Amino acid sequence: MRDDQRSAHPYIPNSIPDVRAAMLGAVGAASIEDFYAGVPDEIRLQRPLDLPTPIRAESDLVRHVQALLAQNTSTRDAISFLGGGCYQHHVPAVCDEINSRSEFLTAYAGEPYEDHGRFQALFEYESMMGELLLRDVVNVPVYDGFQAAGTAVRMASRITGRRRALMSASVSADKRSKIGDYVRPDVDIELVPFDLETGRLDLAALQARLGPDVACVFVENPGYLGPIEIDGPEIVRLAHAAGALAVVSVDPSMLGVLAPPSSWGADIDCGDIQPLGLHQHFGGANGGFIASDDDPTVVMEYPSRLFGIVPTVVPGEIGFGDVAYERTSFAVREEGKEWVGTAASLWGITAAVYLALMGPEGMRDLGTTMMARARYAMTRLGSVPGIRVPFAATPHAKEFVLDVSPSGRSASSVSAALRERGIFLGIDLTQEQPGLGEAVLVAVTEVVTQDDIDRLADACAEVLQ
Amino acid sequence: MSAPEKTSTAADGFPIEAKPWPRRFHQASWDEPIIFDLSVPGARGVLPPLPEPGVTALVGDPAAELPEAIGRATPPALPEMSQMHVVRHFERLSQENIGVDLNIDIGQGTCTMKYSPKVNDQLVSAPSVADTHPLQDPSTVQGTLEIMWRLERMLAEISGMDRVSLQPGAGSSAIWTNVAMIRAWHESRGESDRRDEVITTIFSHPSNAAAAKVAGYRVITLYPDADGYPDLEALKSVVSERTAALLITNPEDTGIFNPRITEFVRVVHEAGGLCCYDQANANGILGITRARDAGFDLCHFNIHKTFSTPHGCGGPGSGAVCVSAELAPFLPRPTIERGEDGLYLDNERPLSIGKVRPWYGVTPNLVRAYAWVMSLGAEGLRQVAETAVLNNNYLMKKVLEIRGVSAPYASGQRRIEQVRYSWEDLTRDTGIHSEQIGFRAADFGTHYWTSHHPFVVPEPMTLEPTESYSREDLDEYTAILAEIAREAYEDAETITTAPHSSTIHQINHTALDDPDRWAVTWRAYKRKHLAG
Repeated sequence: MRDDQRSAHPYIPNSIPDVRAAMLGAVGAASIEDFYAGVPDEIRLQRPLDLPTPIRAESDLVRHVQALLAQNTSTRDAISFLGGGCYQHHVPAVCDEINSRSEFLTAYAGEPYEDHGRFQALFEYESMMGELLLRDVVNVPVYDGFQAAGTAVRMASRITGRRRALMSASVSADKRSKIGDYVRPDVDIELVPFDLETGRLDLAALQARLGPDVACVFVENPGYLGPIEIDGPEIVRLAHAAGALAVVSVDPSMLGVLAPPSSWGADIDCGDIQPLGLHQHFGGANGGFIASDDDPTVVMEYPSRLFGIVPTVVPGEIGFGDVAYERTSFAVREEGKEWVGTAASLWGITAAVYLALMGPEGMRDLGTTMMARARYAMTRLGSVPGIRVPFAATPHAKEFVLDVSPSGRSASSVSAALRERGIFLGIDLTQEQPGLGEAVLVAVTEVVTQDDIDRLADACAEVLQ
Repeated sequence: MSAPEKTSTAADGFPIEAKPWPRRFHQASWDEPIIFDLSVPGARGVLPPLPEPGVTALVGDPAAELPEAIGRATPPALPEMSQMHVVRHFERLSQENIGVDLNIDIGQGTCTMKYSPKVNDQLVSAPSVADTHPLQDPSTVQGTLEIMWRLERMLAEISGMDRVSLQPGAGSSAIWTNVAMIRAWHESRGESDRRDEVITTIFSHPSNAAAAKVAGYRVITLYPDADGYPDLEALKSVVSERTAALLITNPEDTGIFNPRITEFVRVVHEAGGLCCYDQANANGILGITRARDAGFDLCHFNIHKTFSTPHGCGGPGSGAVCVSAELAPFLPRPTIERGEDGLYLDNERPLSIGKVRPWYGVTPNLVRAYAWVMSLGAEGLRQVAETAVLNNNYLMKKVLEIRGVSAPYASGQRRIEQVRYSWEDLTRDTGIHSEQIGFRAADFGTHYWTSHHPFVVPEPMTLEPTESYSREDLDEYTAILAEIAREAYEDAETITTAPHSSTIHQINHTALDDPDRWAVTWRAYKRKHLAG
């Protein structure tokens, strides 16, 4: 590539040599070096950084990055049944339109006056999530559902003054890892097995572990492995009987058809908003929600920002501000609740757009379709020789486990064979759930059609023949 | 401050009079209702697919067959809107928001508000980034892994460190990741019970102190000495065999580079502690000085700040942690490794702290950051740093000409990339506080930020002009501050009643700290304020 000596960089207006000289003159500096006089010589880098030769022409840069990305196969180029917390839901065009708006995309932490728009959009996010969850309090999103879960467990521990947390063993290994490392100075996580017949939490095992030192019971609905926790109300009752809180992680895309945990008595909800209008982004687009009733003892334990609605001096005008700001680390550093920082606001706004587009009936249609197609896939695949679908008698949401061990094949070899046929089968569970055999977690979102499922079943039959 | 000379002036006022300086501004003010008030029963915004007849024939309607307690009887009371009305509502709200693209965004000091190239936004909206799943077989995502691997090497070179993880969700997440690695490192040496203290400075981001506390540490906070430097003597008096780590920023938000930083590192190392460098303020020192060269064991970058990715109204950001070889085994899993069949994700890391977030990081921002560095190269990054510093010192000279403002500490010295100013003199003279200046700044279409709490610098204002702003931009922002300062002395009521031309007027915020009246959702508002 030609050595590009053009001095003015398009992203750096004051890279124009004459401007630099004039500005140096204006401040009485002989050179830029004057400004670095406080940096001792012994820690000055005495050579240029060793970085790739820059690609300064925009068209060349596009070619370069696109050439790298051309090595990828997107889930649009295959039939994908991958889920496990990152889903290929349809992203309505309006979601991308709004979150690409420069006013939202490039803004940051402005005040309620000049950035009124983000305050209102995020208040509406909180409010629509509140309707989905039937909760009066929902936070401005934290990074992701893992972080939300870790914080929800910590909140329960602070509220109860207890340090044991019981967690379903069906929670993904990655999520357990995050929560465990995040809470361990203050909370001990203990796993509760799930029933290998039903995929649901083992209530007897739960009861045996509950005691006066338990801060909370943490379950997911639907569970990571797909079954719906139809004993949710009983889990909550058992937790409460022991003086513990019930913390429930929910998939918000299912709440058009599933009752929110609040309706069966849970205390704190959490989860990830990736299913609500966000692309998969290689697992890089997440936002964590935490929700509860409007009980001040709970509200004061949130680390997150909570945008509240207030009046202005003009009648009818709406303003916003931070509710109970003094609980945050922004206000009182280490005396605050955990910490708060830049997290996922744009994705919160996107989820708000999504929920407004979907409306009540859209969320119901979405859940209905996914449950039906997932059950259809369970039925079709369950009839393929060599495949077992465990937990089949339990109602499932949009995911389910498929075990190929009856075929004598490994999950990875079946996945590889299907990949050859343009199908991404699902998530290999053999490492994190060895008790389930050669198991794969299969996700059926609304973008997966009956035809896609039929093709998967046919391909499985062919591969396992 | 006078208007720039190139502003046209027509002697007879025709065809157009010269523009006033600073410019007149009025923000969009749509008086937009809360979205629930826009609901029209029966309206639909987007239609999801329905199950095919063949699906229904085989399985019926499983959702309808859920047990009563677990199925949802009544759909969520979301607004019902046709598609255009959703678009209109949110586009109106977007107009009531000011991004970097619209304003001279130097008033959100320490936030490193720089231009995010549009071409990078386009690149990451492609299906090859946006529509890929993190658990696709690695052979099908070699492009993304290659970009992440290369970005890690770039950040290793920029920091001088050996290994990098791109997993943290943003700056505070990266701080947490480093603290978790510090804890794991001491545990691996059997010293975690004894080493239960973390030392930080008051000008470091609050999350340094807060994350250390969450990790179980007692937090010791150093205050600046009379010259504004972190106090070395104070450090020596608190460092001990209980010290797990020093978490420090350099330059701090004062913009003053701590010239004794290697001495800080030495003192802590001699006591057996680790040294962790919060590089949120790296923009002025890219290619000038490196964390490892000053002896640090760990550091982090805010990808969304220094490496140009858009800030998204407060995220998604992106964070990177960079460590010495000794700390590398403790990095979050998986790491990206290069094997015979290309790049792969290594989860078999027994000393790893595990996961700090799902999957591997905020991928779209990592691709953007890679493209940004590639557009600049070593010389370009140096130009970024030098221009950010030139802009800052130019701005400081201009701002300090304004009545009532000062730059505490290190008087007469140059600063790196930002300055924490003080309006203490103006407040004493006029009774106008820094926060009120911010409200008035909104009337000129700009952001303004005081400081993190506590306000160590009285009546603080923090400005960081980055490399993205032109000399004219800096002059314009200065003119706005000068005009507000003039008003403070001559027409204080204009400030005390501000904002006047923003989207809304002064907020009555008393309800925000009152549990009986605060309302975090519309349903809470209706319950508390509209019932009966």
